[in-house]
Amino acid sequence: MLSILLAIFLPFLAALLIILSSTYQFRHHIGWAVLIVPILLFIYFMRRLFDVADGETFYTTTNWIPSFSIHLSTYLDGLSLLFSLLITGIGTLVILYSIYYMTKDEQLKHFYVYLLLFMGSMLGVVLSDHVIVLYVFWELTSISSFLLIAFWYQRKGSRYGAQKSLIITVFGGFSMFIGFLMLHYVTGTFSIREMLLQADVIKNHDLFIPIILLLLLGAFTKSVQFPFHIWLPDAMEAPTPISAYLHSATMVKAGIYLVARFTPIFGGDMLWFWLVASAGMVTLFWAAFNAIRQTDLKALLAYSTVSQLGLIMSLFGVGSLAYHPDIQLSTVLLTQATFAALFHLVNHSTFKGALFMIVGIIDFQIGTRDLRRLSGLIYFMPISFTIALIGSFSMAGLPPFNGFLSKEMFFTAMLKLTQFDIFSVQAVINLFPVVAWIASVFTFIYSMTLVFETFLGEKKGKVTDETREPPFGMLISPIILASLVIIIFIFPNTLANYVLKPAVGSVYPFVDTNELGKIEHWHGFTAEFWMTVGIIVVGTILFLYRNQFKKAFLFFPYELSIDNVYNHALAYSEKLAKKMTNLYMTGYLRHYFSYIFLFIIIVIGGAFFALHIPFSIGENDQAISTFQWIIAVMIAVTAVTVPMVGSRLSAVLLTGFIGYLMAMNFVLFRAPDLALTQLIVETVSTSLFLLAFYFLPKWDIERAPFKWRNLLIAVSVGFVFTVIALAVNNNRLFESISSYYEKADELAGAKNIVNTILGDFRAFDTMLEAIVLFIAGIGIYALTKYKKAKGAGNVED
Amino acid sequence: MLKINEVILQTVTKVVVFIILTLAIYLFFSGHNAPGGGFIGGLVLASSFVLMLLAYDMETIRKGLPLDFKLVGASGALIVVLTGLGAIVFGEPFLKQAIFSFSLPLYGRVEFSTVTLFEAGVALAVVGVVVTIILSIAEDV
Repeated sequence: MLSILLAIFLPFLAALLIILSSTYQFRHHIGWAVLIVPILLFIYFMRRLFDVADGETFYTTTNWIPSFSIHLSTYLDGLSLLFSLLITGIGTLVILYSIYYMTKDEQLKHFYVYLLLFMGSMLGVVLSDHVIVLYVFWELTSISSFLLIAFWYQRKGSRYGAQKSLIITVFGGFSMFIGFLMLHYVTGTFSIREMLLQADVIKNHDLFIPIILLLLLGAFTKSVQFPFHIWLPDAMEAPTPISAYLHSATMVKAGIYLVARFTPIFGGDMLWFWLVASAGMVTLFWAAFNAIRQTDLKALLAYSTVSQLGLIMSLFGVGSLAYHPDIQLSTVLLTQATFAALFHLVNHSTFKGALFMIVGIIDFQIGTRDLRRLSGLIYFMPISFTIALIGSFSMAGLPPFNGFLSKEMFFTAMLKLTQFDIFSVQAVINLFPVVAWIASVFTFIYSMTLVFETFLGEKKGKVTDETREPPFGMLISPIILASLVIIIFIFPNTLANYVLKPAVGSVYPFVDTNELGKIEHWHGFTAEFWMTVGIIVVGTILFLYRNQFKKAFLFFPYELSIDNVYNHALAYSEKLAKKMTNLYMTGYLRHYFSYIFLFIIIVIGGAFFALHIPFSIGENDQAISTFQWIIAVMIAVTAVTVPMVGSRLSAVLLTGFIGYLMAMNFVLFRAPDLALTQLIVETVSTSLFLLAFYFLPKWDIERAPFKWRNLLIAVSVGFVFTVIALAVNNNRLFESISSYYEKADELAGAKNIVNTILGDFRAFDTMLEAIVLFIAGIGIYALTKYKKAKGAGNVED
Repeated sequence: MLKINEVILQTVTKVVVFIILTLAIYLFFSGHNAPGGGFIGGLVLASSFVLMLLAYDMETIRKGLPLDFKLVGASGALIVVLTGLGAIVFGEPFLKQAIFSFSLPLYGRVEFSTVTLFEAGVALAVVGVVVTIILSIAEDV
């Protein structure tokens, strides 16, 4: 079963292939080749479907960094299979759609490399059993999302959105990482499955609350829960296929996956319940409310995604109570909430994907997504209208679409919640169904706005008689998604039995998933039914009088928004950082040298005298030979001469001379490698200086007047170094390790110990050094080549 | 650059560059059992280019060495990483080096080692980076 690992890495391999083929010009759209990857993966995961539905799980593990017990362990159960199918299924449709959406003059190779990078890392997130590996993939999704949002990096908005998403999600990801480390500290394992077995240990540990807070910070930032939702609307600068894929169907659901995955540990804890459920509720309400005021169709969809994710999150909060010790009897009612959450998660991917694609089509065909400039499209784009209608009605929770079923289940869960009397603040719990209902009214309004304002009415704005449906290929994916919306409504239990119930089973291993019952289309005249009727009635009235209603938004000016807080915090931290940096970055090399030397004197020298480390001359040492005395004296004399000579050239040559003397000293100590390296480095750096010689200002101008302070620093640093050198020789704390390296010939087959250390024993260091060297070289190249010319304007925009 | 008579320097360079290049290659291969190795070999190689640059102007160097040294450095860093990954393919820990030695008649013990590849990567990285730095500073008039 290594193949799960292969499935994760297949997108990465495909991305590598695209990079390697970078010089080759494809005659056809490169997307056709990329399309193979998600199709293959989708088939692969579908083949596991029946095994997993029977309760089987698949576990594999491969060593990655065994010395830190980091393994590439994968675990496939109902929950990860549900997400894997979403990732690959929606991925297939999105790539098919993007073949028509992205024209060939875009940087398609970049686009698909980023997309595949994302697909692979998202699969990694949902299939990893090892928390560190999960974290790595988690951050990789943030990075690929960053790259995709900034795909049109020429636009200022794209760069802003990309930066915002990266700052917020990486902040959350890092908190989650600390949470993982704490979990490891408590349980002694990195494996999620083994952590789940130790739920009791974690619950009774002092770190329990910090772990909850840190993990939820990761989940909430990724799954755009209030107040971290502000990055998603700005992420809409990405190409529409990306918005449909990352920012509505998959990546933003990673946080939900995390919550679901860790529910067996934290479920039943009241803090976990309150945080997850109330964050979900607030998000649901606030984002639905804000979606109404949007005039950009994609922004509207972004807020609606935020709101729907809040809905799913709150359901997971309710579902987590099934682990509460006091309510074991009626757990089915609570597991039903998780069931509803997963059902809505799938439904949301279908209808929101279809809507995003239709908005993309409108943008592609007409050139605007602004509601105020769109109207009467129904006459020109009837197929798009039908799809948009299906998507919007499903989103609003109307029959006969799948959104209706999961919305009803959501209401059921919220109503049932009020019947448990385990809460200290029952009044707040009673508010839950009310908030859910009001938010659903808002959802109804913006769903109607989306479809009716765009498609009905007289044609106006940019809509002309020449407006047509897009090429048929572009419609395939939304048509498939819209059909799924209806098919799932008709046969919800097929989906439930094979995909949803196994997933519920992995959240609640103790529950028999057959008890969950069937998804019913008709419950009779229940409270849920009247809630839906109420939504339609009130929603329709408010929709018709929406222009009056929208005045309510005047009470929420920009100055009070979280966006404003974010922007100010960012601007302020930039200003502060600049101030701090300007404080010590003076542009004078001599200042930088004095910082370095002062640090050595104060910290190292200070530690030396504070700890009373003894040192002496000549006791344990070999006798100093005459040659060494001569070299030492010569070095000292030359060093004193350097600052006194009259020209820069002589100063440079004299410094080089000191280097050569040092090399001779190495020869006397029988270190030929060191001597050789010293000689060459000295030669190359001296000639480098000669090259730069031409650009330097005149010697007299740059010469600073003599300063006692500098002399003091110079003498002290020399003194500290001498003392260190002597003390190191006198204070052996442990046996020398060099005897191990003397076996170089035997262990590595080489007689040169120095090079064996470099190339074999400590090859990792050498590798990193080579890479660092390369990065430094590229940095210098970039600094000299791309620096701002004198008087040139800002490069940005 | 200063325009002075550089005939002597240029004539000497023409001969000396080849001696330096030979030395560089010698040092690179001798690193296994004697002083030398990838870092030193690479630096010596780079120093020959620096000498050429000091004796001639940029144009000549560009014509004589039509290489993108950024790419040389990048491929060096890549080789270093890839030799490490190569060990993983054979189920060994990352960066584990392998040696193969056998005896040839008349010649004696012959050794092949993946360290040589690794060191070649280091050498290329050093050459690429040093020359990139020098060229970009020298061009920056």
